[in-house]
Amino acid sequence: MSGERITMVQAINRALDEEMTRDPSVMLLGEDVGVDGGVFRVTQGLLAKYGNDRVIDTPLAESAIAGVAVGLAIGGMRPVCEIQFSGFMNYAFEQIQPHSSRFRQRTCGSLTVPMVVRAPSGGGIRALEHHSESEEVMYVHTPGLITLMPSGPRTAYGLMKAALRAKDTVIFFEPKYVYRAIKEEVPVNGDPLPIGKAEIAQAGTDVTIVTWGAMVKRSKEAVKGLPVSVEIVDLLSLNPMDHDAIVASVRKTGRLVVVHEAPRTGGLAGEIYARVCEDAFYHLRAPMMRVCGWDTPFPLLAREAAYLPDTNRIAAAVTKVMRD
Amino acid sequence: MSKESTEPQEGWVFEIPPRLRFLDEEGALVGGAEPPMSDAKAVELYGHMVRARIFDDRLLKLQRQGRIGTFAPSFGQEACQVGSMAALGPQDWFVPAFREAAAALYRGAPMKSILMYAMGFEEGSATPPGARDLPVSIPVGGQAAHAVGLAWAMKRKKDKGIAIVFFGDGASSEGIVYESMNFAGVLRTPVVFFCQNNQWAISTPRRIQTASETIAQKAVAAGIRGIQVDGNDLFAVYAATKEAAEIGRSSGMSTLIEGITFRRGVHTTADDPSVYRTKAEEDAWVKRDPVDRMRKYLTARGVWSDKEQDALESRINAEIQQAVAEAEAFRDSDPDPLAMFDHTVAEMDPYLARQKEEARAALSGRAVLQGATAQKKQGGSSSVVGELQEAE
Repeated sequence: MSGERITMVQAINRALDEEMTRDPSVMLLGEDVGVDGGVFRVTQGLLAKYGNDRVIDTPLAESAIAGVAVGLAIGGMRPVCEIQFSGFMNYAFEQIQPHSSRFRQRTCGSLTVPMVVRAPSGGGIRALEHHSESEEVMYVHTPGLITLMPSGPRTAYGLMKAALRAKDTVIFFEPKYVYRAIKEEVPVNGDPLPIGKAEIAQAGTDVTIVTWGAMVKRSKEAVKGLPVSVEIVDLLSLNPMDHDAIVASVRKTGRLVVVHEAPRTGGLAGEIYARVCEDAFYHLRAPMMRVCGWDTPFPLLAREAAYLPDTNRIAAAVTKVMRD
Repeated sequence: MSKESTEPQEGWVFEIPPRLRFLDEEGALVGGAEPPMSDAKAVELYGHMVRARIFDDRLLKLQRQGRIGTFAPSFGQEACQVGSMAALGPQDWFVPAFREAAAALYRGAPMKSILMYAMGFEEGSATPPGARDLPVSIPVGGQAAHAVGLAWAMKRKKDKGIAIVFFGDGASSEGIVYESMNFAGVLRTPVVFFCQNNQWAISTPRRIQTASETIAQKAVAAGIRGIQVDGNDLFAVYAATKEAAEIGRSSGMSTLIEGITFRRGVHTTADDPSVYRTKAEEDAWVKRDPVDRMRKYLTARGVWSDKEQDALESRINAEIQQAVAEAEAFRDSDPDPLAMFDHTVAEMDPYLARQKEEARAALSGRAVLQGATAQKKQGGSSSVVGELQEAE
């Protein structure tokens, strides 16, 4: 442990820096990642340290950033693409879904695409239009990808290390609401976190909350002071999902609340419900609940707080599943 | 079924002519150029540029005070926007990117609407009935295709309008911009593709955006006209757009206009240009400023005085003050925090309606509308949009 408490921005920077030192094939490419250090400063200082062969300010073209990364990865490099905001990742999706996710399967494992696509995700920072969406389900619904979302500095560091050693394409969503809002101790030259493993962010016995990203912090705040013992499962890895951790927690508590920022319909809460129905149905003591973004486009900043799950809505759901 | 030829016709230029310019940096007509408009018209358009600049400056102050959210200033790009819009009319579709407040104001967008959008209210993007104006488009480049579709629709309806779409040097790297120009070439849908080459795509300078010598020459491959103009010369922008519009109306031919200009301010209010560009570069563009250049021209022509300038600025300041008051009155009038449900789809299905009622119950009695927050820190550790919460 370094002892110093740092933000998620600094933690991801540290993970990238250490992995670039360890593995000379790692390259960073994206819009404004070099001189500017990224618009959130996640790549700050890395151009100076590793040079413009490895930290590349690209032309403004998300499809080409992802597409050339596919070629780089097949060609033996380890590209890390930064898409400036996940709301602009749809041009890149055209490369990720038909190409990146499928090479292994198409070629019987002879050609693989070990690359990382990083993108700030989610709302809560009073940003401009198109800068606040949560689109993780599009990637979770694409077989062949690994989709991760850390909840704070320590998990961001460990998961980025894992992403840079993974054998497949990793979509790495960074919840920008907590980019600088949490400080934690983060190791220096520490270990990767395992992919596919959730963490128990808070142990409890009455209700399970399954959540991820910025909603982990919010869920903790929401249940503080409630006369209920709440277990918070921080999913971290959205695909592969830690099925066993979810099932084990719900079998213990008998009650489930899923919290996510993305719209309700077609959101991951539905998938989690399904898994609980499959493997913990008879342990349920109350109907499951989900606290999500509404089924509307993400609104502009004035109405953002009316859209996102807030502590009141989360607390109300926990109270309701206890009562039912 | 009639078939149109896409073979080049006489008068279409598939080589990029020299950069068009009427006024030098001191506002003097260059080598025998004739002004493309009357003094009275020039005074009118100058007034629009000044209005846009003062409004832009006021928006910046409001943002710093936490009264509006992040926005992208148009500071320095007024000639590109006012000059091009002045060459078109209300029958033509206006398709902006996100830095075109000067163009929108010229088209008649109420200052109040621009303020409301910046305060985070969708109501600011509501298009007045009949206006052929799209709202801002923040995803880079995609709006170029919309312009082609709008022009196509007008062509189908035998409407004489054309479409103008704005984008920047950064957007010229997006595939969709080339795809759109290519469609316009094939379909012969008259579009003015106006690239405001302001030299910087956030921190990325023009020289590493494309290895192409000009952006204008990208028109050649799409089979449309291309021209480069001094984008800080109101006359050059006006003349080039007018010609492009006339050719488009009569033949369906599209034109890519590359206006050479400079983003004098920040990318957005959360950006810090000192990280990536020099003061010397910024200073070099001060003397090429489009508004100052026009004022020098008009003053030398004897049609503009300091007294008239003062009167103009007073009028504009009063107009802005009124608009800010109206926008803040809207903000304070208890707008429905759940209005986003009402315009998601035409027919709200029962489950969405149920969600709206759940939302109403969950939020009742709580003030959930939020404003911007005053900018505590800038640049360095900040972001390019929005306001990050800092840990203790």
